[in-house]
Amino acid sequence: MTNHLFGTWQNQSLEGIFAECRELAENADFPTVKRWRENGGKVLGHFQVYFPEEIAHAAGMLPLKMRGAPVEPTHSDSRFGSYLCSILKTSLELVLSNRVELDMFVTHPICDAARNLAAVWGRNYSYPCQILYLPQNANSKASAEYLCGEYERVKGDIEAVTGTKVTDEALRNSLIVYNENRRLLRQLYEIKRKQPWLVTGFEAYLLMTVGGMILREEHNELLKTAIPLIEARPAKRQDKIRVVFEGGFCEQPPLDLIRAISQSCYIVDDDLLIGLRWILEDVPLEGDLLMNMADAYLEKSSYSPVQHDARKPKEKMLLQRIADSGAEAAIITAAKMCEPGLEDQVTYTKALDEKGIPYFVGEFEENMTSFDSMEIQLETFTENLIFS
Amino acid sequence: MTEITADEFVGRGNKEGADLFREWFDGLAEHAKRGEGAAYVFVMGSMAELLHVFDFPLVLPEITSLQTAVRRVADKYLAEAEDYGYSPDICGYVKADMAVQLRGGDHPMGRIPKPAIAVMTNACNTYIKWAEIWERMYGTPLFVIDVPATRQAGGQFQPGSADFERDRKYVEAQIRELIPLCEKVSGKKFDIDRLRETLKYANDMNTGWKRVLELNKSKPSLFNAVTDGTVYLGVSNNLRGTEKGSTFFKNLVEEMEYKAAHGIGTQIVEKYRLGFVGVPCYPIFRRFSEMFTEWGGNFVHSTYLNFASGGGSMGYEYDVNRPIESLAEGFLISVREAMDNMFHQDRVVIDWVKNYDLDGVVYHPIKSCRTVSTGLADGRRAMMAATDVPSLFIESDMMDKRVVSEAQMKNRADAFFEGLASRREMAKISS
Repeated sequence: MTNHLFGTWQNQSLEGIFAECRELAENADFPTVKRWRENGGKVLGHFQVYFPEEIAHAAGMLPLKMRGAPVEPTHSDSRFGSYLCSILKTSLELVLSNRVELDMFVTHPICDAARNLAAVWGRNYSYPCQILYLPQNANSKASAEYLCGEYERVKGDIEAVTGTKVTDEALRNSLIVYNENRRLLRQLYEIKRKQPWLVTGFEAYLLMTVGGMILREEHNELLKTAIPLIEARPAKRQDKIRVVFEGGFCEQPPLDLIRAISQSCYIVDDDLLIGLRWILEDVPLEGDLLMNMADAYLEKSSYSPVQHDARKPKEKMLLQRIADSGAEAAIITAAKMCEPGLEDQVTYTKALDEKGIPYFVGEFEENMTSFDSMEIQLETFTENLIFS
Repeated sequence: MTEITADEFVGRGNKEGADLFREWFDGLAEHAKRGEGAAYVFVMGSMAELLHVFDFPLVLPEITSLQTAVRRVADKYLAEAEDYGYSPDICGYVKADMAVQLRGGDHPMGRIPKPAIAVMTNACNTYIKWAEIWERMYGTPLFVIDVPATRQAGGQFQPGSADFERDRKYVEAQIRELIPLCEKVSGKKFDIDRLRETLKYANDMNTGWKRVLELNKSKPSLFNAVTDGTVYLGVSNNLRGTEKGSTFFKNLVEEMEYKAAHGIGTQIVEKYRLGFVGVPCYPIFRRFSEMFTEWGGNFVHSTYLNFASGGGSMGYEYDVNRPIESLAEGFLISVREAMDNMFHQDRVVIDWVKNYDLDGVVYHPIKSCRTVSTGLADGRRAMMAATDVPSLFIESDMMDKRVVSEAQMKNRADAFFEGLASRREMAKISS
């Protein structure tokens, strides 16, 4: 089966690569998934934030990050009530409108709304639609073993769907691919932190976001091509405020919003699609591989409002992220109706107030189309900081 | 032997429930006055059975919060929390409680003690976010008992299977980790015999609760699941694992059996038997109920009574000879049942249509609670595809009057009953 689901980025200039990534990211028809299916491939759709994609990859499936799309929820509206975030509706819309065809769907108890998706999906589709329980008591001594058992269970379901046994060798090979992917993304973020004038937050996001729609082998190739081009870029340092963007762990802000922020600020770190960068170190390739993955999820991982871990008080983690990236300010956002995000917004702002770190508070929706007001507010915010 | 009269039985549960509720609030106020902390717990998996062993008074903030709505002061509390920074789009219970905390425990029913420890399940993710607020305000130790629920519809792991045992072991390990934390916070040693005692009382309550719900299959039905049921639910939570709770449910079963045997129903002439899915509308609690009772509609069951009792409704009985293992098993089964009543509510309702002989189902999704509400529209579609029973879908809130449109709800309810009446007439004609 071909690894090139998204061939158009090849032999392009850096700007051309960004343009191709943008085109793919905005294409709600998910052409890479269609291409995969045309070749007989099976697809596992998994809802945000983190999913151990290596297991599906090892079984020869395409793991697809279900994180909504800029589409109208015309079919899915009747499956949901009001007062819900947009990503739920548009994710379901993608399958109801036949833009995306799946063979398996997995959601997580990351929030009260997302957890319902397994049942909603399951009432509408006959393929396996389930919850993967990622531990919400990350501090229990029993959590890693439990999570390993969950991974084992999901592996069994994946094997049943694909008819392919996930061998240790296949899983090890997938871990090698994913370890490399995480290393490359860390490299990209290192550039953002150290030389943000070489790659804007928007450009880095474009490179990263397509990773959820293609095989990681291809994403690795893309990153290995783009990163040296970024490093060699003759870009000049500008007098922009360095900010951390917080609030993009699940529903994603519209591309134009990220672009607008990137125009006035250097986004030196963020939690956009944090699931792609959840594991902070290489997962060891020896021993019990599923246990290694479970251990990495719990012990060598990032933070987000949807994981409770007494060792990771969110506001302290944010302050650390700000310190590590040398940011001068923070943009604290939440998706509309995102309860975990909105609740932590208060926690973050109180901590930032206490430390005297300036911040900008905003709310977004994936389908929003007007950014004028936010752009003006943001410009005022950054000008105040520059001239204060 | 003196013959027991209807006067002694009928309505006893409501009266005793109200008295116990008052007593619970008074007890909390006494604790607050002495400056003593409480265990903050939630209705879906309160772990009351274990916490009583350490003599923690229990604060159930979902209940204290909803009382601000019933007592019509929620708007002030919500506004205070929003002024503090909380969004209008988050759970109203959280905001009302936040205001109670900002007011130093001031509550319309008496002072609420501060949290000394918070124990929560993942049955509702907001529980965890909510408790994190207390952690920041007071440094309260938090303990999440992570309960694996049904992974996919129809795929419940059953006792005896390896999958079930894996889940049970995980819950048991967490309970064993919670015990030393309780010892540390309370300064009291764990006493397994006291646990046996609280489990025994919880058994009485669980079996009683299950029986009471079964008895409402009677015609006419014996109680209104939304109004009377909420009183019983309050006791099932506030007094879980206590002697008083045990006595209350024994008495309640006695009352309901008497009513069933004598054909005594609720206060209305029952024309329509309804199922209720969701959480009641507390800001207009009485009027909300009247929208249905005025037409002769009675709620004979509700998913609320199942999930907000933490699954106590399924009547699980602990084995007091192996208390911790059995607590883990019962906790897993009951909390899972609570979750199934929210996520897979279509299956529950389809079952009621037959077993409770329903004429209609009312879905009431609310802005504040996405756990309960997210899947209701889809669940309703599934229910309608599987049965021939009409349904009503009205959205509002359990706390926030700003999103409760009473006149609009009434219009919808009226139209629903007109439909039911006309359906009944048509059935008569065609038979």
